[in-house]
Amino acid sequence: MSAGISKEHLEQTLKEKLSADHVEVIDTSGGCGQNYDVVIVSSVFEGKTLLQKHRLVNDAAKAEISQLHAFSQKTYTPAQWAELTNKK
Amino acid sequence: MSLRSLTRLSILGRPFTFNTLLTSSFIKNANNEIKSPLVSSILCRYLSDSLKKSLDESVQKNDVVLFMKGTPNRPECGFSRAVVQILTAQGLDFSKIKTYNVLADNELREGVKEYSQWPTVPQVYIKGEFIGGCDIVLNMHHNGELEDLLLKEGLVDPKNELEQEEK
Repeated sequence: MSAGISKEHLEQTLKEKLSADHVEVIDTSGGCGQNYDVVIVSSVFEGKTLLQKHRLVNDAAKAEISQLHAFSQKTYTPAQWAELTNKK
Repeated sequence: MSLRSLTRLSILGRPFTFNTLLTSSFIKNANNEIKSPLVSSILCRYLSDSLKKSLDESVQKNDVVLFMKGTPNRPECGFSRAVVQILTAQGLDFSKIKTYNVLADNELREGVKEYSQWPTVPQVYIKGEFIGGCDIVLNMHHNGELEDLLLKEGLVDPKNELEQEEK
């Protein structure tokens, strides 16, 4: 029986494959590892449309996402992230 | 061995679907990566030729196509509900939208992921072009891109937009 994908594994995969500066992974399935919301900050997103950014992430974590019930993502370039976090 | 009989393959007395083949330990390495190209390539055949043809026709023929869980009147997932709400808020007439309930058709549910090369549902197509899922539609709604697109494609009435600006 699949126990779901671990938060750490997903974080690691996203960080490595997307050369991410920052990754946040939140398990929204109450610990079952079946639903995740992720935030990824990386310069690979520079100059890309929203759809292109999301497809990059989907491809990077294809095997993992295919095992999840739900997956939600927010992608930022380092500049966008800096602007967002400075506003808080 | 036909695809149909492969799906009913039984190993050690337990029926195995492709999903369990994918997740079973003997084809994953220590890093949890799928290492069986044969299984991966077999796995990429949920989408039959007839389904692909039918989906091609549908996205070309219909201005807006929505693959969702449940129906617009009774969405069965928060993400699908959100997309329905956003499209409604943008002024789309749902009688003109082609919607598919993937929960009612398992072949469609898996096939549409392969068709769109997109792992989740809901999925939105506008004028034959794949737009995205809930995250993207929500983002486009917030930044005005969705409204621009719908106006440009003549899918919403600009008069409604003008009235709102004047208020």
